[in-house]
Amino acid sequence: MSTTTVAHHEEHAEHPSGIMRWLTTTNHKDIGTMYLTFSLIMFFVGGSMILAIRAELFQPGLQLLNPEFFNQLIGVHALIMIFAALMPAATGFANWMIPLQIGAPDMALPRLNNWGFWLLPPSAILLTLPFTLALFGIGDGALATGWTFYPPLSVQGGIGVDFAIFAVHLLGISSVLGSINIIVTLFNMRAPGMTLMKMPMFAWGWLITAFLLIATIPVLAGAVTMLLTDRHFGTHFFDAAGGGDPIMFQHLFWFFGHPEVYILLLPVWGFIPQILETFSRKPMYGYKAQVYSFWAIGALSVVVWAHHFFTAGMPVPALLYFMYSTMAISLPLAVLFFCWIKTMWKGSMSFETPMLFAVGWIILFGIGGLTGLMLADVAADAQYHNSYFVVAHFHYTLFAGGIMGIMAGTYYWLPKMTGHMYSEKLGKLHFWLTAISFNLTFIPQFFLGLAGMPRRIPDYALQFAEFNMISSIAAFVLGFSQLLFVYNIVSCARGGKKATDQVWEGAKGLEWTLPSPPPYHSFTEQPIVK
Amino acid sequence: MQVFKKIGLGLAAMLASLNACAEYAWNFPLPATPMATDTLHVHNKFMLIAMAIFVVVLVIMIYAIFSHRKSKNFKPVTDKAPSTAVEIFWTLIPFAILLLIDFVIMGIPAYHSVLMMEDTRDKATMVIKITGSQWRWQYEYMDGDAQGIKFISNLSTPKEQTEKGYQGVKNEHYLLEVDNHLVLPVGEKVRVLMTSTDVLHNWWVPQFGSSRVAVPGFIRETWVQIEKAGTYRGQCKELCGKGHGYMPVVVDALPMAEYKAWVATKKEELAKASAGADKVWTKEDLIANGKLVYEKNCAVCHQITGAGLPPAFPPLTGSKIANGPIFGADGKYLKDSHLDRVLNGVRVMPAWKAMLNDTEIASVITYERNALGNSVGDMLQPSQVKEARQ
Repeated sequence: MSTTTVAHHEEHAEHPSGIMRWLTTTNHKDIGTMYLTFSLIMFFVGGSMILAIRAELFQPGLQLLNPEFFNQLIGVHALIMIFAALMPAATGFANWMIPLQIGAPDMALPRLNNWGFWLLPPSAILLTLPFTLALFGIGDGALATGWTFYPPLSVQGGIGVDFAIFAVHLLGISSVLGSINIIVTLFNMRAPGMTLMKMPMFAWGWLITAFLLIATIPVLAGAVTMLLTDRHFGTHFFDAAGGGDPIMFQHLFWFFGHPEVYILLLPVWGFIPQILETFSRKPMYGYKAQVYSFWAIGALSVVVWAHHFFTAGMPVPALLYFMYSTMAISLPLAVLFFCWIKTMWKGSMSFETPMLFAVGWIILFGIGGLTGLMLADVAADAQYHNSYFVVAHFHYTLFAGGIMGIMAGTYYWLPKMTGHMYSEKLGKLHFWLTAISFNLTFIPQFFLGLAGMPRRIPDYALQFAEFNMISSIAAFVLGFSQLLFVYNIVSCARGGKKATDQVWEGAKGLEWTLPSPPPYHSFTEQPIVK
Repeated sequence: MQVFKKIGLGLAAMLASLNACAEYAWNFPLPATPMATDTLHVHNKFMLIAMAIFVVVLVIMIYAIFSHRKSKNFKPVTDKAPSTAVEIFWTLIPFAILLLIDFVIMGIPAYHSVLMMEDTRDKATMVIKITGSQWRWQYEYMDGDAQGIKFISNLSTPKEQTEKGYQGVKNEHYLLEVDNHLVLPVGEKVRVLMTSTDVLHNWWVPQFGSSRVAVPGFIRETWVQIEKAGTYRGQCKELCGKGHGYMPVVVDALPMAEYKAWVATKKEELAKASAGADKVWTKEDLIANGKLVYEKNCAVCHQITGAGLPPAFPPLTGSKIANGPIFGADGKYLKDSHLDRVLNGVRVMPAWKAMLNDTEIASVITYERNALGNSVGDMLQPSQVKEARQ
């Protein structure tokens, strides 16, 4: 008995195979793979919802969807893309790469890690189940309030709201568990010699993200729970008739919602500089400045929430405070942009797919950042607010700044994870199709917003027809070019040219010292960092 | 600053002329109020700065991309672990540029704009109240000659045009047309009070530059001062349920004399309507009038046929309430009776007493009880509604 245990402990050779391997795994690479796969699937689920919407908006008049169903799709699209596609992708990379980057054998809390992942599929089911239930005559479909749950509309809504509230609770628990795990891992399991200020940038991005998640998710959980009790248990938190205030919900929601933007972006800001230094063959510029900027942005992000609802009405001093504090975020962000470009400057650059995505990412995320600065201006915001201008703005930050960043990371680490090279030709094609169709989708939406088209309307006046048509066509190109991404990933996982250990000529860091793919258990002996 | 203002105005003029000759709109629509003019200037100036930053950074990046590349055998400079002092100096430059833009170039004008936007009372000569409801606007004039004028404004695009699969020609102002326009005098600063009876709404006319959420149970305020006579169109900007895309705003700005004439005719109309409340109506007249009221106000949810959209919107055909008794033995209307439901509403059902007059309520109730597949046979007189309101 004791001998077998010892042998098992030493070799870890036998682990359950088949489905049980994935259900019970505590291995950080397996869990990372599950997160990434889940994220990719949900990316397509959320994407197909938005294609239905773009098809409806192709021309004025109602063609395919009725307004109730339209409202359900927009909200569920957002929740899925944010909570089930973008966040799990970042967590997947964290699971795969943080132990490899800091020279740890695994994450600090492996069982918790497993549980954190397995909370996700049920919550995805909860989010989408009301659609199916409605087909059988139960309830009236999914959450129809947009992803922001604003009462009193959400108090009025059907069972879809309750399902979404429970889904958000599960997703929140999963995120907090993941964050605790990452913080514990980063504080306790770094290789000897790796001080905090020698940590890879990706680890830094995730450390701040993890703190933000732990600070803000409980507030969201509280807010949606208050909503639940308003709906079913006779409380009046958000009902003026009982002494409550509907706008209070917006304060609580965006206290979570604004940091959430940085929660999604900080991990990407972490690995993009690593990609830039690899393909510029030159160490990243301003490591310290970037780390301090991360802290500054993390701290500022929790004190600017009310800029999401300037038009809801608030006292002048509050308007001024939230305007100026929001503008202040551009200061550390400008430092980051400067450092990214300075890293490229006078490097010896080559443009493999990850680098293409990273450079395109800087430009497009730049547009998102600059329009965000404009949105901070209270006077102009009265016009931008809830118009298509805002829709275009946050897709530049979250699609370009988030998802295209994740794509850069995927191409960057895929050879390391699978041991094979992906098809460079298809990767480049994927980049150009994505970048061009993305711009053709969202640039027209800036103009639509300026011309006065509100968001979240199923049908629109005739003067908005041309731009909507361009946007819809481009959206379909954008959607379908993502199939190339899947094809490239799947064929790379199945085989292809063997990848070397270092994979990229300029790659530096502990993960590139391991074989590709790394063994199931890596760094059983701690590396020393000088 | 002057330079920016000039450039901004020039750009605005350029974009406006583009606006005129192409059917594409590239910028805010032509401003009609001081607030919208200010907003447009702020936007143009910010846009210019953002574009300038973007282009400069892009040019630097493109230069690097084309010259510092491996395929051109460019050797990477060996950054000698930049000394902290140099690094701090360089990273402080973008920091300082943004500091200047945020808090001086944009920050100072923004301060003045905010004060102007929020000053709803100074020099305001009249007050109107706008109430949002699912899915219509109600306008009420609070003072001056027009005091007491109150009406509902509903989407007037024909129903078949907005229905799924309609392929025919659409109205010129498809989805941006209403039955009763809000009428305001040109040149007067109007203080606008905003509230809602159910969920959040946002009364928005892009050419006015003001946008404020209507919050149930609270009064929010903004102001408009229309400088040019004309018709201005906008719509609700806060998701408010299935009819969110179908609650437009149309405002007619009239010169003072014409506005006064409009006020006089409107008052006469209202007086006539309240006189109608005192006369005894025949059942046929009530049903005929009720059909109009029903189709304008009730059919959105309960449907033209009375079938409703369960579970959110119950059917009226065969409904217990529409077929049950209205008055109790003491002559007072019963709780949860048909009249109670229409006057006071419940959950999603709005309280119509604030929106419809006695004649309209009496007609629509009579219609609902004797049509839509119901045949109770009784009728309700406007005088009974008037009494019930006491």
